[in-house]
Amino acid sequence: MSNAPPLLQVKNLRVEFPTRRGTLVALDDVSFDIAPGEVLGVVGESGAGKSMTGAAIIGLLEPPGRIARGEILLNGRRIDNLRYEEMRRIRGKEIGAIFQDPLTTLNPLYTVGRQLVETMTTHLPIGPAEARKRAIGWLEMVGIPAAAQRIDSYPHEFSGGMRQRVVIALALCAEPRLIVADEPTTALDVSIQAQVIALLKTLAREKGTAMMLVTHDMGVIAETADRVAVMYAGRIAEIGPVREVVKHANHPYSEGLMASIPPLDRRVERLAQIDGAMPRLSAIPRGCAYNPRCPQVFDKCRALRPDLINAGTTQAACWLYDTETARD
Amino acid sequence: MFAFIISRILQAVPVMLTVALISFAMFAYVGDPVAIMLGQDFTEAQRDALVRDLGLDQPFWMQFAHFVANAVQGEFGLSYRLSRPVADLIAERAPATLELAFCAAGIALLVGLPMGVYTGLYRNSWLSRFFLTFSLIGVSLPTFLIGILLILVFAVWLGWLPSFGRGDTVRIGWWTTGFLTWSGIKALILPAITLGLFQLTLIMRLVRAEMLEVLRTDYIKFARARGLPNRAVHFGHALKNTMVPVITIVGLQLGAIIAFAIVTETVFQWPGMGLLFIQSVGAADIPVMSAYLMLIALVFVSINLIVDLLYYAVDPRLRIGRGQGGH
Repeated sequence: MSNAPPLLQVKNLRVEFPTRRGTLVALDDVSFDIAPGEVLGVVGESGAGKSMTGAAIIGLLEPPGRIARGEILLNGRRIDNLRYEEMRRIRGKEIGAIFQDPLTTLNPLYTVGRQLVETMTTHLPIGPAEARKRAIGWLEMVGIPAAAQRIDSYPHEFSGGMRQRVVIALALCAEPRLIVADEPTTALDVSIQAQVIALLKTLAREKGTAMMLVTHDMGVIAETADRVAVMYAGRIAEIGPVREVVKHANHPYSEGLMASIPPLDRRVERLAQIDGAMPRLSAIPRGCAYNPRCPQVFDKCRALRPDLINAGTTQAACWLYDTETARD
Repeated sequence: MFAFIISRILQAVPVMLTVALISFAMFAYVGDPVAIMLGQDFTEAQRDALVRDLGLDQPFWMQFAHFVANAVQGEFGLSYRLSRPVADLIAERAPATLELAFCAAGIALLVGLPMGVYTGLYRNSWLSRFFLTFSLIGVSLPTFLIGILLILVFAVWLGWLPSFGRGDTVRIGWWTTGFLTWSGIKALILPAITLGLFQLTLIMRLVRAEMLEVLRTDYIKFARARGLPNRAVHFGHALKNTMVPVITIVGLQLGAIIAFAIVTETVFQWPGMGLLFIQSVGAADIPVMSAYLMLIALVFVSINLIVDLLYYAVDPRLRIGRGQGGH
């Protein structure tokens, strides 16, 4: 998998929000690749820029947010500077999206069948009759019982879990090669979460679809992702194979994040936590954004921002791994 | 569906009865019909005979029951002023008002809706800003002033359009229409614009606000994320979701257009129900006033019923008792 040319390349992405009180930098210098068929997990606290990265990739940043620097390439073709209409043809067709809350993602006034059919007829050279036949097939594939009857039901006639299955069918129905899934299970009951994740994983594997899985659920990441990117205050703090990051995190922030997952095999008196809170975008400290909370902070961290540095099995944006400025 | 209509009609009955009571109370407590009808010279016997004929010697509730029974049959007695059956008077005047209201509502909807959609989609364009400023004028200028200004410009200065009346009309059965003659259509333009302008700006502002609201929703973002063309997103997904509040307001405003065409009809001397009403008020012509009151109540009740049925057609979530999955 690592030898295949990347499907998606994000290079030095910077997203800014011009506001009255100055420009907020929501994402800065974010770079990563996703190989065909690969699942990249993106984790971090709320506001770390996970969803923003996804929105930038599908070209739907909320205005006035804009890509100020950097590139996004899909199959080697730059897509971050396309005109709306060109990008529209890529959305749904090449990059599918799954949103967080299935209760609000589907248009309440149209049947699920109509929404599937319109998506397919927009992107595929097929007529409504063929699209309807395929829509039933997709509903069966995502596990909607009696799909042939349910296709004419409205979203409110489905449960939350079932609706997220419909959303997954909608994201996949034009057979995109990449899915951007923004917290696809956060709004669901815990008992449904595992089912939906298993479904996503199975379908992505069957269709060879790559996935960017944004979540703050480390369990989901550990189970689903091939690689994981840990984001903090609009930057990638660490990126690497999922097993390495979960078990042997190198960046002090990912270490703290992983330590805060409660172990199942033994009782703990107190859950581990990281002191303090992530800085607001308007008040990101000088140097490494994590330095006020970092237990291993030293002078350089307060002065200079680290880029991603090879840290053995992963890459971490941390001066601890810089050979020239080794500590002490 | 059928049960829904029946239940709505049953709910309308108490409303209509209440309005009937108010209409009837006008007879009983505003002026003395006997004195009005007898004039100056009369004998005690004549007076008693008239009181008996009119049923005024009966108890209040009996009289009210009579009134309701007659009203249901469209029987509101004679106009004091014109000594003709009220039902005939209203039937003569109704086509003028209904055609005017229809045109005003048509203008308001056909212009207001696209303007609302446009200003919602392109809220920072200069045209949107212009529309919004213009709508402020429409909302804040009183109807009579707009009417008089239009008369001044188009009838007096330019001389393009007539300043009053309905022009030539064509009679089809009991309905007289101004749609079929050139002068009838010309006479309709200014009053229809005057009556519709406020509604137009109201609809525009409402549609704009609703569009802005709907365009922020997740399902619109998701529709974009699915790569649907803008036209489908804006008109298929967004506009349809604005329809429930818009239908409500348009329905109520249509009632208001019919009921409160009074000012416009007075300014343009339009021979409709509003003008009839204002003349009747001047002459304390109570049968006409009470019949008008009842009619307007009926119009509102009917429009509300139609609005409810339209909700039902637009929003599947309101279709209660629909079978699981099937049609």
